[in-house]
Amino acid sequence: MTRSKILPALPLLAAGTATALAATPALAASVTVTVPQIKVAEYHRPYVAGWVEPVAGGDARTLFVWFDGKKRGAEPGTKWLADLRTWWRKGGRSLKLPADGISGATRAPGSYTVAIPANLPKGDYVLKVEAARETGGRELVSVPFTVGGKGGSVSGKTELGTVTVR
Amino acid sequence: MRFRSILIAAAASSMLATPALAHRMWLLPSTSTLASTNEYVTVDAAVSNDLFYPDHVAMDPAQVSVWAPDGTDGKVENASKGRHRGTFDVALNKAGTWKIGMERASVMGTFKVGTEEWRVGGRGRPQGAPGGPGAPGAGAPAGGPGGPGGPGGQPPRMVPTVADIPANATDIKLTEVTSRNFVYVTAGEPSKVALTGKGLEFDPVTHPDELVSDEEGSFRFLIDGKPAAGIKVEVVPGGKKYRAAEDAQELTTGPDGVVKVKWSVAGWYWLNASVEDTKPADKKASARRMSFTTTLEVVAP
Repeated sequence: MTRSKILPALPLLAAGTATALAATPALAASVTVTVPQIKVAEYHRPYVAGWVEPVAGGDARTLFVWFDGKKRGAEPGTKWLADLRTWWRKGGRSLKLPADGISGATRAPGSYTVAIPANLPKGDYVLKVEAARETGGRELVSVPFTVGGKGGSVSGKTELGTVTVR
Repeated sequence: MRFRSILIAAAASSMLATPALAHRMWLLPSTSTLASTNEYVTVDAAVSNDLFYPDHVAMDPAQVSVWAPDGTDGKVENASKGRHRGTFDVALNKAGTWKIGMERASVMGTFKVGTEEWRVGGRGRPQGAPGGPGAPGAGAPAGGPGGPGGPGGQPPRMVPTVADIPANATDIKLTEVTSRNFVYVTAGEPSKVALTGKGLEFDPVTHPDELVSDEEGSFRFLIDGKPAAGIKVEVVPGGKKYRAAEDAQELTTGPDGVVKVKWSVAGWYWLNASVEDTKPADKKASARRMSFTTTLEVVAP
């Protein structure tokens, strides 16, 4: 009886921990990206990349890139990374993939949270999230935020849902 | 009658109003940017008025050379020449920026033998040497005119090259004509394309494979390695059929040889720079005419 109560409690416990982490000021810097559900006959999960650009100028830093890293052959999954054209130009093309803690598989529709590196210097930044979908569209969302200060939230219109920094 | 002559006059004047170089040579790569070094780019090559509609004549892929990012020769594959368009593939198997295209140099002009004017090079069929009939070889000595081309009303007399100008020629006026047409395609990270320091060259400040429609493109032109100040640069977006006007921009380089380009739309653009001076590399010529052409991909932000 007690055991059967513990089992369903596990996911709740995990969710509770995540909420607690996000609410802790010391670890406040995280990005939540929503991959929207798109009702089309031919759906492919989008390639999505997120990076931060210092407002004062300087190099962009990639936080995450979700792509098909498994597909090989004449047209490997890496071929379409350049379709994330702004990310590609801002630094994607110099990133060696797979990149530990940065690259991962494409995501199904849903919300995903990625930590902003703790060693990112304090200051004003713009978070950019770019999504490109095979046979679909491409969208770029910008969210200004401050490391050690305020976050922000912007909603995409087509290929991205809400993008939040908190 | 009068009406017809007015029409003809109108037609003539409108022809004068059109640009001198109506037919444009263009190379159009399938993309400017590839994500890796195991991919191909397919390039179309044609000559036409409107960009990028292959509706006139094909350019022969046999004229095309490929320079890999490290300066070594690349390969043209699967070349074919159709009615309206040539096409070929290039495997971009090394990281960096590839240069694909052609350069041509020739000497053209006129000279006189006695009172007859002859042409050197250019279009048309050689008429035999001025030395006499059946003697088209080089250096045909003085034998005077009286070759095959009879007087009056005949097509212009012509020799194919400078070497065919006879010793008794007078009033020799020669122009060196060089034209370059290159496109730049990048696999992975872009690199700077090496310059030769000779003739009219394209020395981009903004890399040609990272152009965005809301950012100004900045390109330097050099003549013999020095900034080409005040030269004419024409920038034409493709796809005239879907607009009311061609929307070409006539620009001029600044004292530093740099031209700054604002893009009206995202898409492929044709860029042509041309200039004349009196410093030919070929000492027999007294002037030179140089042109540089490229095709640029400008993406939406």
